[in-house]
Amino acid sequence: MAKKIIEVDEVVIKFAGDSGDGMQLTGTQFSNTSALIGDDVSTFPDYPAEIRAPQGTVGGVSGFQLHFGKIIENPGDFCDVLVAMNPAALKANIRWVKDGGTIIIDTDAFTDKNFKKAGCLQDKLKEIYEDFNVIQAPVTSLTKEALVETGLDSKSMARSKNMFTLGMVYCIFDRPLDHTEKFFDKKFGKKPQVADANKKALRAGFNYAVTIHAMPSFRVHHSDTIEKGRYRNMNGNTATAWGLLAAAEKANLPFFLGSYPITPATEVLIEIAKRRDLGAKSFQAEDEIGGIVTSIGASFAGHLAATSTSGPGLALKSEAIGLAVITELPLVIVNVQRGGPSTGLPTKTEQADLFQALYGRNGESPVPVIAASTPSNCFDYAFEASKIALEHMTPVLLLTDGFLANGTEPWKIPLMKDMPEIKHKVKAAEDGEYMPYKRDANLVREWAIPGTKGYEHRVGGLEKMDLTGNVSYVPENHELMTKYRENKVKNLENIFPGLQVEGDENADLLVIGWGSTYGHITTAIRELNSEGIKVAHAHFNYINPLPKNTKEVLGRYKKHLVCEINLGQFAGYLEMNHPEFDFKKFNKMQGLPFTVVELKEKFTQLIENK
Amino acid sequence: MGDTKYTFKDFKSDQENRWCPGCGDTAILMSVQKAMAELDHEKEDYAIVSGIGCSSRFPYYMNTYGFHGIHGRAGVLASGVKVANPKLSVWQITGDGDALAIGGNHFIHEIRRNVNINILLFNNQIYGLTKGQYSPTSLFGQITKSSPFGTIEKPFNPGELVLGAHGKFFARSIDSKVKETTNILIQADKHVGAAVVEILQNCVIFNHGAFNDITSKETRDDNQIWLEHGKPMLFGKDKKKGLILDGFSLKVVKIGEDGISEADILVHNAHEETPYLHLALINMSLADGYPVAFGIIRQVKSPSYENLLEQQIKDVQAKSKIKNMDDLLNSGSTWVVE
Repeated sequence: MAKKIIEVDEVVIKFAGDSGDGMQLTGTQFSNTSALIGDDVSTFPDYPAEIRAPQGTVGGVSGFQLHFGKIIENPGDFCDVLVAMNPAALKANIRWVKDGGTIIIDTDAFTDKNFKKAGCLQDKLKEIYEDFNVIQAPVTSLTKEALVETGLDSKSMARSKNMFTLGMVYCIFDRPLDHTEKFFDKKFGKKPQVADANKKALRAGFNYAVTIHAMPSFRVHHSDTIEKGRYRNMNGNTATAWGLLAAAEKANLPFFLGSYPITPATEVLIEIAKRRDLGAKSFQAEDEIGGIVTSIGASFAGHLAATSTSGPGLALKSEAIGLAVITELPLVIVNVQRGGPSTGLPTKTEQADLFQALYGRNGESPVPVIAASTPSNCFDYAFEASKIALEHMTPVLLLTDGFLANGTEPWKIPLMKDMPEIKHKVKAAEDGEYMPYKRDANLVREWAIPGTKGYEHRVGGLEKMDLTGNVSYVPENHELMTKYRENKVKNLENIFPGLQVEGDENADLLVIGWGSTYGHITTAIRELNSEGIKVAHAHFNYINPLPKNTKEVLGRYKKHLVCEINLGQFAGYLEMNHPEFDFKKFNKMQGLPFTVVELKEKFTQLIENK
Repeated sequence: MGDTKYTFKDFKSDQENRWCPGCGDTAILMSVQKAMAELDHEKEDYAIVSGIGCSSRFPYYMNTYGFHGIHGRAGVLASGVKVANPKLSVWQITGDGDALAIGGNHFIHEIRRNVNINILLFNNQIYGLTKGQYSPTSLFGQITKSSPFGTIEKPFNPGELVLGAHGKFFARSIDSKVKETTNILIQADKHVGAAVVEILQNCVIFNHGAFNDITSKETRDDNQIWLEHGKPMLFGKDKKKGLILDGFSLKVVKIGEDGISEADILVHNAHEETPYLHLALINMSLADGYPVAFGIIRQVKSPSYENLLEQQIKDVQAKSKIKNMDDLLNSGSTWVVE
């Protein structure tokens, strides 16, 4: 029988297993290899809050989804292929497999005991066999067999079973093995036995798939729109950390991060902590408040300073953000949003901290708020947040979320010489008199750094007199300073780039999103447009203040639909700022991103209901 | 020290002092200004950082760089300033509420980290700025506005906390003792690491006379013992009283009685690394029949956080291939699309 080859533009694969099964590594290897051979790729890990939840239970399932092919804007809704290492992984993910999709299971793990742990019936499996193309492979035993000569013990051999499945999937999608092989040589350079075992398991899986002819081979069309240049895979948290460091280098200032570990923001701290080589000072404080207040101290002392956190941590930092507002010191606050309220869903995504970012402080306390919209543009917006902070002497809130933080995509590496200039407000030495609260045309004060002769001055949380910065309770002065602070932030609309529209500009319906929903909305719009359906898309990265042309852009459309992963916070904010429009809402609160399918359905419904 | 490049007046700001007349803070302000005038730093290299409370208004009265922070956070604010720029001489002004209640967590951690900050803890055993509620150092049973029937909380002894957090420098003084306080502050500034100076401070409005038993003319000689490294632990009007070790406890003795001579008296060793005797000295109270210990009780060398960090940066930079952002961006696994 000649082997059938199916040509496709895109494929979604999900690897799912116990949180100790190495699914994240498996998925990362597949996506790196795919990117190397010219695919566009987007990935999203889905892991439990527990580090090692009880083995074999649904709560302990760790997944890694990846979407690759020609034009990829998100990690995909439904999988073409699901790799399920045990019954719990199958149970947790079966609803995400496309009708007629392929499921690869490790039959060695599909035992009575494991079915019981997963809380599902073995008989159910038979129904699944009818609806899907199920490849039953005794992965664990085949892996052990392949590794018999390595001299490893049985448990260590079984650990390579994820590589066996990766080999199988590599075969099905015609991927080379050498990238992953090199990875193991590098990673286990000092343990050649382990590197060898993983490489052997990978090859054994590949050969096994060749032998069993279990499913047709796919030829995935590579991207033909990718710009030339050097690329790397990038996730949102690393991009954020690097964006901050890039801004410090560009501004020629030392960098300080005060932070406290919190899911899903911790990697920002970890990435900065690695960068002693760039002189970066990371300070792991005793709590969230210590994280931000050390940063405010470092900012006073002349550093580009930042703090990183997630929702509950942002709540703890509120008072200190107010201190940065009134002292008008530069500071970047990164909030990697997660499901709330309270501890909520630590490892799941949500966009529900928008109001907290805008308003979660005592007093009139305006802070510029911007949001990243893809994993890799976290770099650009972290850079931008730093630039705004330094050029306008203000704390800036950067919103990302769990979806962006952990998601990855190929990223064209920028050159530092091409990054925008940053002109900070440090007052040069011996440059006349210093007035702490004297402002320029943009209402921005100057930054005098301790250690500079003649500029000794005091800042603090008490209201300050205009110009001199002395403590002042004068009623008119408080009103003046309140307005200065408000207008300083409001004036940023003159600097922020205008709102852009994508999709069919002649549409009646304008879909509005902000932050991490960009990829899914973009795909939904593109697909509808290619089906001849008119719909347009405006996406906000600049939230406070809103782009200056917002009203003009919104006014071009008859219908407005605001899509967000919360109960409608941005829609409410738009209503407050632009009450002349009727904003319809599409919301989701499941700790998950939108699917393209549900977005298309909603858009079509709204277009049809004239 | 010594050239007296500055006088204490150089450190006065033009702001009107708003502390109550007779407040102990004013005397401490004088001690700090005098200490700064004697130290070697340039005026622009001082940064005074505070939290919230009466004492925390301090930076406004100093003609140096200053930062009046938020309640309880003086320790982390000061840590940020010092870690960012280790060349600065950073002084943290805090009170018993700011440092031991709302800021207790930051207080123990900045000591544990040993960030090189001079921490001046104004202890008046009361909340002054909010008008007279009990603090973590108020006495058990003390009647205040928020404890009309007496507190039912045992107070902290700040020195005990300092030692519990592995503190390397602890001294105690009295607001009105300007000369002694000035000298202690000079030593605290020269000490590399977190240096805590507890200053008993009289709140004339809400807790007036709290330290009368210690400070009054009639009792002060018998109720204060001023410790000096290398000197015998003597006190009393004619320095005829002293401390000896009796088993594991300190004991007050009189020279010439029970065969005790000056040679039997303990000699203060502030540099002793094991904290047990320092702890016993810190814990001496009038109620237990001891004098209260003043002066530099503990002064032990240990590397400071910011120096370790600077060294770590140098070490990593010497080894790493990543010298700038372009190096970092292109490090690890990359590929070229042609």
